[in-house]
Amino acid sequence: MYLTTFGIVLVFFIVGALFVAVGLFTAALVRPKNPTPEKLRTYESGEIPMGSPWIQFNNRFYIIGLAYIIFDVELVLLFPWSVVYKTLGWYSFIAMVIFLMILIIGLVYDWAKGYLEWDKPNPVIPQLNELIIHRKKVNKEN
Amino acid sequence: MNIHLIAFIVLGILAIASAIGTIATKHPIYSAMSLIVHFFALSALYLTLQSPFVAVLQILVYAGAIMVLVVFVIMLLNLNEDEKQTIRIQSRNSFGIVLAAIFFIMIVTFIMSNPLNQPNSTNVYNLFTAQSLGSVLFTKDLVAFEIVGILLLSAIVGAIVMAKKKLIN
Amino acid sequence: MNEILWISLEALIKAIIILSLLLLSAAISVYLERKLSAWIQLRIGPNRVGPFGLLQPIVDVVKLIMKEDIVPNGANKFLHGLAPVISLAVAIMVWAVIPVADPIKIGDHIIQMGISPNADIGILFILAMTSVGVYGIALAGWSSNNKYSLLGGLRSSAQMISYELSMGLAILSIILISGSFSLSDIVNQQFSHWGGFRWNIFIQPLGFLIFLTTAFAETNRAPFDLPEAEQELVSGYNTEYSGMRFGMFFLAEYANMATSSAIITLLYLGGWTLPFAPSAIGLEQGTWILGLVQFVIFAIKIYLLVMFFIWVRWTVPRFRYDQLMRLGWKVLLPLALLNLILTSFGVLFINH
Repeated sequence: MYLTTFGIVLVFFIVGALFVAVGLFTAALVRPKNPTPEKLRTYESGEIPMGSPWIQFNNRFYIIGLAYIIFDVELVLLFPWSVVYKTLGWYSFIAMVIFLMILIIGLVYDWAKGYLEWDKPNPVIPQLNELIIHRKKVNKEN
Repeated sequence: MNIHLIAFIVLGILAIASAIGTIATKHPIYSAMSLIVHFFALSALYLTLQSPFVAVLQILVYAGAIMVLVVFVIMLLNLNEDEKQTIRIQSRNSFGIVLAAIFFIMIVTFIMSNPLNQPNSTNVYNLFTAQSLGSVLFTKDLVAFEIVGILLLSAIVGAIVMAKKKLIN
Repeated sequence: MNEILWISLEALIKAIIILSLLLLSAAISVYLERKLSAWIQLRIGPNRVGPFGLLQPIVDVVKLIMKEDIVPNGANKFLHGLAPVISLAVAIMVWAVIPVADPIKIGDHIIQMGISPNADIGILFILAMTSVGVYGIALAGWSSNNKYSLLGGLRSSAQMISYELSMGLAILSIILISGSFSLSDIVNQQFSHWGGFRWNIFIQPLGFLIFLTTAFAETNRAPFDLPEAEQELVSGYNTEYSGMRFGMFFLAEYANMATSSAIITLLYLGGWTLPFAPSAIGLEQGTWILGLVQFVIFAIKIYLLVMFFIWVRWTVPRFRYDQLMRLGWKVLLPLALLNLILTSFGVLFINH
C-alpha cells in the first residue's frame, strides 16, 4: 500500500527530474560559449574582486541555527500529540502545556539575557568637532 | 523477485555508499552533502518499512535542521587549506575502531534477540504511526516525555550561552 | 503485473499534467507580476509580444535558454550547477501531496485528483520539503565565489529557518482541529461544518496571519526579500547565475509563490470546496464536471493570493535584517505558541 503511494511519488519525481534534465540539455545545445576573462570574473560592482569571499563570518547565524534545531525537535515531538489529542482529553492538554512551558522558559531566558538580540556592529560615528580637528591636521600637513 | 527486496537492496547500497562517502571525501561540504543523501536513503528505507511518519521526521530533523546547522558552520568557518591540515585528527583512529566494534556488537545482539518476532508484538509496524506514538508518549511514557522537555531546555540554554560567550571573547 | 502497469501509466499521466500546470502557473505568475507592477507604478508593462503581451513569459524562457551559462572563476563547478536543481526539485516535489479537487469516478475506477493526495503525512511532507529547500540557496551562495552571493545565501538560510518554526506551530494548530496530517482531510473537514463555510481562517485568524507572514518569508518575497536586496547585495545568492540555471531559480521562486498560495488555500480558505453542497446546482459527487468546477475554484483562490503576494511586493518597503529577526523570534514565535495553546484549549473545550 505504502509502496504504491510512494511509487507514484517516485514516478512524479522521475518525470520532474527528466523535465529539469531536458531543460538543461536543450539550453546546452543552443547556447553560445565564448568565455573571456572579464566575463568569468566574479561580480563586485565593477571593481576587480579583492580577496577570497570565503571569510569567517560572525557566528550570529550559528546561534540562529542552534535555536532552530532545538525548537524543531520540540515541534516534532508535538506532532504525534496533535493527532491523538482529541481522544486523550484534558490530561494530555496539561501534559502538553507543561512541556511547552519548560521550553518557553528557555525562550524567555534567552530573551531576557539578550541572546536573541541580533548583534549589530558598533561603528564609531565620527563627531563633527573630531572631523574639524582632523581637517585642520590635514591642512597643516599640507 | 519481491519488489520490497529490490527496494531494500537499492536503498541499502545507496545508504552505505553515501555513508562511506561522508568519511572518505576530503572537502567538508561534500561530506555534508553525502550525509544528507544518506539521510534521504534512510528515510526511504523507513518508507519500505511502512512508517512514513518516521521517514518524514527523519528528513525534517536530520536533513532539514541538523545538517542545515552543519552546512552553516562550514559556510561560516570557511577554513582555508593550511588550517584544514592542522586540525586533521589522526591519532583517534583506534578509538573510532573500538567504538565501531562496540556498536556492531550491540546491533548483532539486538538482531539475535529477534525483537520483532516476539509473539506479543506482531503488529510492530503499527507502533510507528503518529497515532500510536502519540498515545504511547502521552500515557505510558509521559514522564520520559517531560524529561525530554527539560533536556531540550538545558540544551537551548547551554548551547546558546556557550556560543555567545565565544562571540564576546 | 498488468495492474502495476496501469498504476504506473496513471501516475505518469498525472505527473505530466501536474508538472505542466505548475509550469503554466509559474508563467502566469511572471506575467501577472510584470503587468501588475507596471499598473501599480503607472506604466503599461509588457504589451509587444502577443495580445496584451500575453506571450511574454514564453519569450522570456526562450531568451534564458539562448543565454550563455557563465560559471565564474574559482567557483565550485559541481555545487554551482547543483544548487538551482535542488531549488527547483523541492519546488516541484511539494506538489506530490497537494490535492486539487475531490476524487472523481470514471466507471468503477476512482481517480485521485493529485499525485498522492491521500498520503497520511501530507502536510508534514510539505514542511520537510520546505526545510530541505534551504540547501539550494545556501549552496548557491557558497559555491559562487562571490561575496554578495555568500552573504545573500547566509541571510536567506537564516531567515528561512527562523520563520519555519512559526510556520510549523501554525500548522500544528490546524492539525489539532483536523486530527489528521492529510490535506484532503483538512479540506473536507472545513467543508463538512457550517454548511461548507467553516474555513479555518474564521477559527484561526491569528494562525492565518502567522502562516501568511511566514509564507512571505519562506518564498523570499518582499518585504522579506533581504537575500536579494538589490541596493546592498546586487542580486544575492543568484548574482553569479546566468542562462538556464538562473531561469531555474527564477522558476522555483514563482512556483514557490503558487505553491504557498495553494497551501494557504488548502489550510485556511477551504481549498477547492464550494460554499454549498454540490448537489444544489445539480452536480453529483464524483463526476468529472464537479472535479473541473472544483479545480477552477481552487485555481481562482490561488491566483487571488498570488496577486496579493505581488501587490504586497510592490507596496511595502523591505525590512532591515535585525527587524526581520526580531519579528521572527520575538513576535511570531511567541504568538504562534500562544495560538497553539489557545487552540488546544478551544478544541478540548468544544469536544468535551
